[in-house]
Parts: sequence; C-alpha cells; structure tokens
Amino acid sequence: MKRFAPFLLLVILILFPLLVRDDYHQHLMILVLMWVVIGAGWNVIAGYTGQVSFGDAAFFGTGAYTAGLFATKLSISPWWAMAAGGVAAMAVAFPFGWICFRLRGAYFALATLALNEVMRHIATIWEDLTGGMVGILIIQTFVSKVPYYYIALALAVAAVIGVQAVMGSKWGYYFVSIREDQDAAESLGIDTHLYKMISLNIAAFLTGMAGSLYMNYMGFIDPEVVFSLHDISIMAILVGIVGGVGTVYGPVVGAFIMVAVHEFFRTGFFGFFKGLAALTGSQAITTLAKYVMQAHVLGFGILVVVVILVLPNGIVGDWKKITGWLPLGGGRRSAA
Amino acid sequence: MRFFEVKNLVKYFGGLAAVNDVSFEVKEGEIFGLIGPNGSGKTTIFNLISNFHSPTSGSVLFKGRDITGLKTHRICKARIARTFQVVKPLGRMTVLDNVVAAAFSRAKTKHEARDLAMETLEFCGLAHRKDMLAKSLPIGERKRLEITRAMATLPELLLLDETAAGLNPSELVEAIDLIRKIREKGVTIIIVEHIMKVIMTISDRIHAINFGRTIAEGTPGEVANHPAVIEAYLGEAYARG
Ligand SMILES: Nc1ncnc2c1ncn2[C@@H]1O[C@H](COP(=O)(O)OP(=O)(O)OP(=O)(O)O)[C@@H](O)[C@H]1O
Ligand SMILES: [Mg+2]
Repeated sequence: MKRFAPFLLLVILILFPLLVRDDYHQHLMILVLMWVVIGAGWNVIAGYTGQVSFGDAAFFGTGAYTAGLFATKLSISPWWAMAAGGVAAMAVAFPFGWICFRLRGAYFALATLALNEVMRHIATIWEDLTGGMVGILIIQTFVSKVPYYYIALALAVAAVIGVQAVMGSKWGYYFVSIREDQDAAESLGIDTHLYKMISLNIAAFLTGMAGSLYMNYMGFIDPEVVFSLHDISIMAILVGIVGGVGTVYGPVVGAFIMVAVHEFFRTGFFGFFKGLAALTGSQAITTLAKYVMQAHVLGFGILVVVVILVLPNGIVGDWKKITGWLPLGGGRRSAA
Repeated sequence: MRFFEVKNLVKYFGGLAAVNDVSFEVKEGEIFGLIGPNGSGKTTIFNLISNFHSPTSGSVLFKGRDITGLKTHRICKARIARTFQVVKPLGRMTVLDNVVAAAFSRAKTKHEARDLAMETLEFCGLAHRKDMLAKSLPIGERKRLEITRAMATLPELLLLDETAAGLNPSELVEAIDLIRKIREKGVTIIIVEHIMKVIMTISDRIHAINFGRTIAEGTPGEVANHPAVIEAYLGEAYARG
C-alpha cells in the first residue's frame, strides 16, 4: 500500500481537472501544487540540511519578478522565465549564503528573515524597474485553468522526484550529516560551507520557479504579495513542518493541508461565520467573522504549536503514530 | 622526511594559554600516547591539528607538508582522521549511513561508499548494529562508531580522544584489540587516554603535558617514572581529595 500510494496519488492528480471542472477547486489545486514545489525546496535546506529559512519569500518573489520583468521589460514570454526565475533566485541565494553560512542556527534563520525584508524593500523602492507598490500586471497566456494545472503538476512531480534523487546521493548524505552535527561532518571530510551553499541553491531554484509560475498564473504581483513574510515565508515553514520535516512526501501532505487551512480562514471557516451573521443578523458576529478571516496568521501559529506538540515529526514522519490512534488494527498490534 | 610533527604549538583562549609551546614528532606506524591531567590541553592539541581552532602560533607538518590552517575537511582529505572525546554521532542517521557519509570522502559512487562502509563496520565489529539509529547506541558502541567513521575516511594518521573512557572491562579489552588491529593495518595513531593501564600498555612512546606545557616524553616506563609526571598526577589526586 505504502509503495503504491505515490502512484495512486499521481493518477488522481492527473485525472483531477477532468473530474473536477469548476474553477475554484482547480485554482486551489494549482496552489497546492505550487506549494509542493516551495515545500520541497524548503525541506531541502531546512528539513534535510537543518538550516532553517524564514525568508523563502525572497526567492519566491525574485522568481515572480523575474517572470514579470521578462514580460514587461523584455517582451519575452514569461514562460521562458520559469527556469530564469529559478536561476535569478539562486543569484540572490549565492551571495547571501556565502556570507551568512558563517552564522549558525538561529542566527542564520534571522539572516534569512532579514533577506526577506530587504528584498521586499528593494522591490518596493526600485520603482523604475519593478513598478514599486503598484506591482506588475501581465496578460495571462491561458483563459482555462487546466494548462496551468498541468504545468504546476509537472513542476511539482519534478521537484519531488528531483529532491528524492538528490537525497539518495552523496549530496543527500552530506546534507543530513550537516544537520545532525556540523563539526562531525567537517571532520569526515565534508566541506560544510560548500554543501550548505548547494542545498540553499537547490531550495532557491525550486522556490524561484514556483514564483515564476505564480506570476504566470495570477497575472499580477506586487511586493506585499510575493515578498510576504506570513503568506509566503511562514507558510513555507508550515508546509514543511506539518507534512514532516526531512521526509520526501512531507511537503506534498503539508501543501494540501496548509492550502486547505489557509482557505478555511480566508473564507471565514468556509462561510460559516458569514452564514451565521446573516442568519442572526448580529453585528457582533459580522465583526467577529472579519477578525477570524484576518486572523489566519494566528491560526497558523496555533497549528504549528499543536503539530509540534502532538506530531513532532509531522504527518508523514509520525504516520505510524497516527495509524496507531485509528481503530483500523493496521497500526498498533496488541502485545502477543 | 618526518611523518608527522607539531612545532611550537601555542593556543590562547582569551588570556588562558591552553597549549603553550608544545612540540613533538610521531613516527610512521607507531602508537603515540598523549597524556596529562584534566584540562591540560590534550583535546585542544587535537583541535589545533584538525583545525577546529587555529593555533595562535606554531605549525603542524604532515609528510613534509605544512598543513597548518588547512580547513578541517581538507585535513580529513589529507588523511588525518579524528574521533571526539564528547562523541558526535549523526543521531538520526543509521549506523551504516554514518559510516557511508564518511566513506564518501574516498568513494566515487554510492555503491563504492556502501562497500567501504560495510567493510569498515565489519573490521571495527559494529556490523551487527548497522541498521540502528546512531542515537540509540549505548555509549560503548557510540565510541566505537566514532572510530569506525574515522576509519572509513581511510586515514594514515588517526587521532583518538579518550575512546576508552566510560567502557566496561570487556569493552575495554575489545577497544585495545581494535586499536592494535588498526595499527597493524599500517595506520599511525596518536591516542589521548586517561586510563593509565590502557595508555601504558598500548603506546610505543608517550608525551606528557601539564597546563599546556610539555613535561616529559619517552617510553611508557620512562614517562611513568618521571618526577614531573608523578607530581602532575599526584598533585591532581591530592587536589581532588
Ligand atoms: N573553546 C574553548 N574556549 C575556551 N577555553 C577552552 C576551549 N577549549 C578548551 N578550553 C580550555 O583550555 C584548557 C584545555 O582544555 P582541553 O579540553 O584541551 O583539556 P584536556 O586535556 O583535553 O582535558 P580533559 O582530560 O578533561 O579532556 C582548559 O582550561 C579548557 O577550559
Ligand atoms: Mg580532552
């Protein structure tokens, strides 16, 4: 069962747009797939290599702006910018990592946070290039969501398979060794600075590609959206943590759950509060609904705490524990 | 050409001279003991050799090459491996993967790395634990994993920092056997050890330090009877009560 689960999932994902035809659900699935790519990238640097990034939006936004600028400044199809977005994000990651990997642990995480903010300010201030707060608007290539869906799916599958391949190689062993003990890793002949750089650049490349996809798909970006600390950087961490840090399929599970949770808050518990307000005509509930919808960051925070307490290894990492809770008989056997 | 040599090594931590003008030479194929009371600077000397700390002054020479200031991972590539007194297992990796990670410093392919790792695990007597997570090994075997990992980098010089501390009597015998086996393989060893019985029986020559300074060097017999060594250890024993 476990071995076939990924194939089964892939088949379902390939059939999805044929089975579910409404735009709304297709839109959500495109976001899920985009988050799989970002989550896979975050997982490489933070999950496997242990260098926690709080600034994924720096790479995501760079990718998005690269695609946007390709279209507006160079009149080149923003699709070409898919790879270029990844490379541009690496161009940000490279000097950053070179300098900041001298920092360890929490200090590195803080530096990524700073990078996030610096990039957002650059995108805001450099109006000649980026259009500043106004953002960039391009004309989308497709009207239907289906082509975007399949492009996102291809990217997500490539990201997961690519990361799996890397983790099975020497690089993967080195990444995890660095996470487990940097001094031991050095003593075993691992150039920890170099391999942290490689890991960060893989993450940046994937996240930048996801950013380019976002620009192409949404047609509009501004600094607040694509360099958002809570909607991109924190969300990336959540996708990584909820699914399971340092597991291949963790980001897949995490992306599904986090997009659902995000949507749950954005729509006020799927319209529950709005409905309640309409039903009772209560002003207080209308106000409450507004706050609930704005409080998704708080909701995220609570979710992280709950996950860390109950499932410290995420859903994939603690799968045995979860099946043990369910009365399926498949998990925990009673002692013979 | 001299095989291995440290010359006038000095290391200051702030105002404290942890290592103060230490020089010694190690001949190819020998087991060279390094002794001294707690805090005398033994681990610091290892850290200077493998460049976890850079020396305040002095130099480290290996096979005619000045390797002072070479990055830690390059020291390993130069075929000097070390173990840590406070063991550093790659906890959430299996024992095998710990050793595979080390073997990659020599192997070109994953297949080669696994073969080298398995071979080294067999050699060091840890093969039966290969699928266990490193963090769940008992302390004796963690120490053994330190040695196994270091050996998988195919060193010519091995630095062992108190690998016998905390072992029970039967593990101690095994550890001594293993160290002898490693030497028979042609690996030169510098060993730091507190257990006098171990270091005195196993070493060809011993270098004794106290407060970061050399106090004696010679055969185990010579060093054990050296007044400065006796004083350093007795002094410590008295101080401890
Ligand atoms: N990173 C460091 N920073 C500051 N002081 C240090 C550092 N490492 C070691 N020291 C100091 O240097 C001195 C020598 O320490 P070292 O660990 O080399 O001793 P040792 O001979 O290995 O002792 P032990 O037998 O207890 O292992 C001690 O006074 C110690 O406190
Ligand atoms: Mg020591």
